[in-house]
This record gives sequence, structure tokens and C-alpha cells, in this order.
Amino acid sequence: MLAMNYRGPYRVRADEKPMPQILHPEDAIIRVTRSCICGSDLHLYHGMVPDTRVGMTFGHEFCGIVEQVGPAIQNLKVGDHVLVPFNIACGKCHFCQQGLFGNCHESNAQATAVGGIYGYSHTAGGYDGGQAQYVRVPYADVGPTVIPDWMDPDDAVLLTDVVPTGYQAAEMGAIKPGDTVVVFGAGPVGLMAARSAWLFGAGRVIVIDCEEYRLEFARTFGPAEVYNFREIDDVVVFLKKQTDSLGADVCIDAVGGDASGNALQWFFGTKLKLEAGNAIALHWAINSVKKGGVVSMVGVYGPTGNMVPIGNVVNKGITIRANQASVKRLLPRLIEHIRAGHINPKAMITHRVPLADVADAYHIFAAKLDGCIKPVLLPNGA
Amino acid sequence: MAQALVDTSTIPGWGVDTDPKNNPTYPMRHIEDQKTRGLTWHRPPLQEPQVEVLQSIEHNRLPAVVGTSTPPSGLSGAIRRYAFRRSESDWWHWLLLMGADRINVVEGVIEDLAAGKVPNVPAEMGAKSEWQHNKNGFLLKAGATLAIGAVLVAIVQARREDRADEDEGETIAAEPAHVTARVDEPVLPADLATSQVVPLPGLDA
Ligand SMILES: NC(=O)c1ccc[n+]([C@@H]2O[C@H](COP(=O)([O-])OP(=O)(O)OC[C@H]3O[C@@H](n4cnc5c(N)ncnc54)[C@H](O)[C@@H]3O)[C@@H](O)[C@H]2O)c1
Ligand SMILES: [Zn+2]
Ligand SMILES: [Zn+2]
Repeated sequence: MLAMNYRGPYRVRADEKPMPQILHPEDAIIRVTRSCICGSDLHLYHGMVPDTRVGMTFGHEFCGIVEQVGPAIQNLKVGDHVLVPFNIACGKCHFCQQGLFGNCHESNAQATAVGGIYGYSHTAGGYDGGQAQYVRVPYADVGPTVIPDWMDPDDAVLLTDVVPTGYQAAEMGAIKPGDTVVVFGAGPVGLMAARSAWLFGAGRVIVIDCEEYRLEFARTFGPAEVYNFREIDDVVVFLKKQTDSLGADVCIDAVGGDASGNALQWFFGTKLKLEAGNAIALHWAINSVKKGGVVSMVGVYGPTGNMVPIGNVVNKGITIRANQASVKRLLPRLIEHIRAGHINPKAMITHRVPLADVADAYHIFAAKLDGCIKPVLLPNGA
Repeated sequence: MAQALVDTSTIPGWGVDTDPKNNPTYPMRHIEDQKTRGLTWHRPPLQEPQVEVLQSIEHNRLPAVVGTSTPPSGLSGAIRRYAFRRSESDWWHWLLLMGADRINVVEGVIEDLAAGKVPNVPAEMGAKSEWQHNKNGFLLKAGATLAIGAVLVAIVQARREDRADEDEGETIAAEPAHVTARVDEPVLPADLATSQVVPLPGLDA
């Protein structure tokens, strides 16, 4: 089968690889119909996540047809078209039982700090991912969800990650009616966070990024007030001015370790790798939220450490809430929102690319070329 | 530069998920409902890994399922095994793994060559799309690569001439040819001829 093959930082290609096998009674093999590239994949692509091994297949946002099931599977049958949450979760452990499907304790041998994630380095369990024609899906009775007849598969594939992640970012903000919410990052996750903030009753939503075309999109998709941080002298002062000098009620970090906007962070984090990426967006979030406010983090950082003004978290009495999205927990509500027309995720898809051209798809998305917001790979044709 | 406020009455679904009970410990608040404490849950069946799987020393047992992609091998594998003697809390654990990742890239190239395949690095880096959507960037990068290549070739050449002067007869042949081959690749026109990347209409502005 054809599969994405990581060769090193900035180098990927599509290669023939052996078909995945059922290795556990609760496994399924899925024939992938759609598979996105995520901002999270860019951390791998840029060589920022430790234990990213050459030869691995990435991809944690996919849907597809059930091709084969293990002997213990009861909820799925061959031929079902399913969307597969990016978290590999057993459904039984201490964490899964609390709905923390992103923090399963039975899916990642290599680390306890994160649950298993498809195609996301060995630090997230060492599973080959879904940027391939076929993929092994463990605990297939827990995560995969049959796509409703009425749902566009383009919406379904975005429900595997960015929609729940953006939604959870807003949820973790504990937004109260009328709150001012600032979202850092106008990628797919930030866009969904901005959209979701309204569902929780936000009074104002402000989106910060440096890519004009993404900000333009956010202006109508959010809808939101949008500002380019490159045109602002000091983002924190600017946001204070927007909020009577008090600061925003809620700040959302939807950027993570691949941020730009600060030379020092870029040098130590992005270049020297002495930090787990560039944490300037989180820095801004902490400093522009009001005292007693909430910083909600879904941006992903590496496992080491970052320079952020942690003292201000104490002095301002900030609550930081963060997690990998718990996709399975949020799916029922989000499916209702799509049905009701409250959200329209597929509008974010800008590129459809055959798997053979995976190298160009990564480059276009990473370098923000050609107006790219969300690329979808089509491993088995359109 | 201030922008108009968004009128919330125009937003479909505004406020439908407002939840006054949402507090900062959610969803941890369900923790009291937990019937089990400690590692006592009813485990799924256990996968028996057929490949080497490194295990964090913070786990006291192997999780029920494991990934089997790219088991550790070669020098990078040896470093990874060593790194896994240290905890996730130990900086060295991660720095060693990062080091192993870089060595693994070289191993990947050797593996490709051993399989009779010369990796097309520019294509793997998306040179085609760079050419299509960012011509200036492409030319800049190609120019820089050529310049660096030319300098390297010149240095190797100069070294060779020096050596040849010192002891005539003994020469090293392979290196310069290899360097030039890599430098030439980014401008291969065949590489750029066709594109299958299909942007959707409507968002190109
Ligand atoms: N927690 C989760 O479950 C989860 C799931 C998916 C993605 N993520 C993470 O969310 C983040 C965003 O994902 P994405 O797919 O939208 O990525 P993306 O790369 O498409 O978007 C990131 C955006 O941030 C912008 N940006 C860079 N520096 C900035 C700064 N200093 N301030 C404001 N904006 C800045 C970039 O221009 C870009 O538009 C990533 O870190 C990703 O790993 C987390
Ligand atoms: Zn993702
Ligand atoms: Zn679990």
C-alpha cells in the first residue's frame, strides 16, 4: 500500500509499505478515504518532537471504511464508514472513565505524559498513522464513530481533531456570557476555537495571527475582530487597550511551539531546541488575560520546558486549563452543532491532494503557500 | 485600526452551550464517581509485541496495546535504548532522543542508498510546490544551495590540489562528484513540469 514516509526534518515522501495487520483482538484495519495534515504534524515535520523515527507514517486525522475487524470487535462491521478520533483510548482505564480520552493509560508505552496518538512519533506511542491507504486502529470499539448518512465526509474528517480541539479550547475557557475571548492563532484550531467561543456566549472574539489571508478568513468564519501582530508594536499593550486596560477574560493559545513573533524564543526554542519550541503565544496569552482570568491551551509543545512568565500566573491568579482534546467525549454535541448549522467546518478545507504528492502538501501547509488553511490527502482517490 | 464589534444576535447558536457549572476542574470533577483507585481497572486484552518496544520507566507495566512502527535499530536505536533508562522528567532523556533522531536521518539516507534508491531530497522537501507558489523563495533557496555547493566543491578541490602537491599519485575521487550531484538537483525541470495539487476555488484571494 502507499503510505507517507518521514525521512527527516522537512523531508517526507509517499512510498510502498506493507499492509497493516490486526495485532490485538480489539483492532480494526481501516481503508482511508480522507486524511488531513494538522498543525500538530508540522511539529513533527520540523523535527521538534523527540523520538520521531525515520520511516514512520504520520497522520492522526482520518476517516475511512472498515476493512477488517479483530475477534473482540462488537460495534463496527466491515464496510462501515467511520471517523476515527485522533486519541487512541482503551475506554477502561482511570482516565478514559473520566472522559479524558486524550490521556489514556493503556495506549502509550513510551511515555506516561500523553496518551497514544496515531502517527505522532514514539513519544505518542509509535503507531503508524492514517496518511496511508490503510491503517491499524486499536481499541476500535471505543474511538471510531460511524459517519451519519447526512454528514459530508469533509466535515467528518475534521471532527477527528480540529473541530473538537477548537471547541474544547473554548470550553476550557469557562466562558461566561459577554466575555471577551482572545484567540492566538488563525489556523484550523484557532478558527474553530473562535467559532466555538460564540456558542459558549462570548461577547467579543478577537483573533491574532500574522498571516493576512488567514485573518481575512477568520473575520467572516469566526466571525471575529482580527489583528495582525506584525502590525502591532506590543500585542499585550494593544489587547489591554482593547479591554479597558484590564485584559481579556479568556485567552486561548491555538499556536503551540511553532510560533513566530519573537526572535529570542525563535533562537532558543526553534533553532537551538533548548526550549520545547517557541512559546511566545503562550507568553502573550498569560500577559494579556485579566487578573483571575483563564488561559486555555491547546497549542502543542514538546515534552521538555519553555520560557514563559510563570510568575505572572501566580501574581495574577490565572487559571491555566489545557489538554489534548478528548474527541470522543465531544463528538455527540459537535455532530448536533453541524446538523443544526451552528458550525461549518468543511469551509476550512482549501486543498485536496493525492497521497503521492504528500511532500508538496506538507510544504504548502507548512510554508503557508497558496492560501492554504487545511489540506486533505486522498489516499485512495477522490 | 479598531474594528467594529460583532453583533452576537447574528450568530447562529450564540450561547447555546453556556454552562454556568463549567468550572476549572471540569471534567476532573467526575473523579468522585470513580469506582476504582490505582491500577485496578479491568484491563483490555494484552497485545504481545512482536517487535522491540521501549517503555518509559514511569510505567510499571506495558500498556495493553503498543505501536509497532519503526522499532529501534542501528546507532540511533542504541542511543534510544540508553535514553529510556532515564525518566520523562529527565532532560537527558529527551535530548538523547533528539540526538538519535538526527543520526537516524543519516541512517535513513544510507538505508535508501543500500536499497539502490538515491533520495530526491528537493522533491521530498516540496520543491515543486515552492516553484509553483513561491518562485522567489525557490530561486533564493536554489541560489543559496548552489552557492554553498560551489564553495564546498572549491574547498574540496583546493584540498585535493594541496595534497596532490604534497604526495603525488594518491588521490581521493568520490567526494566532489557526489557534492555536485546533490547541488544540481533543485533545478531539474522534469521535477516541476506537472502538478497534482488542486486548490479549491474561492479561497485563493
Ligand atoms: N490539544 C490538541 O488536542 C490539539 C489538537 C490539534 C492541534 N493542536 C495544536 O494546535 C496548534 C494549532 O494547530 P493548527 O492546525 O491550527 O496549526 P497551524 O499551524 O495551521 O496554525 C497556527 C497559526 O498560528 C499562527 N501563529 C504563529 N505564531 C503566532 C503568534 N505568536 N501569535 C498568534 N498566532 C501565531 C500561524 O501563523 C498559524 O496561522 C498546534 O500547536 C497544534 O499542534 C492541538
Ligand atoms: Zn491534529
Ligand atoms: Zn484508557
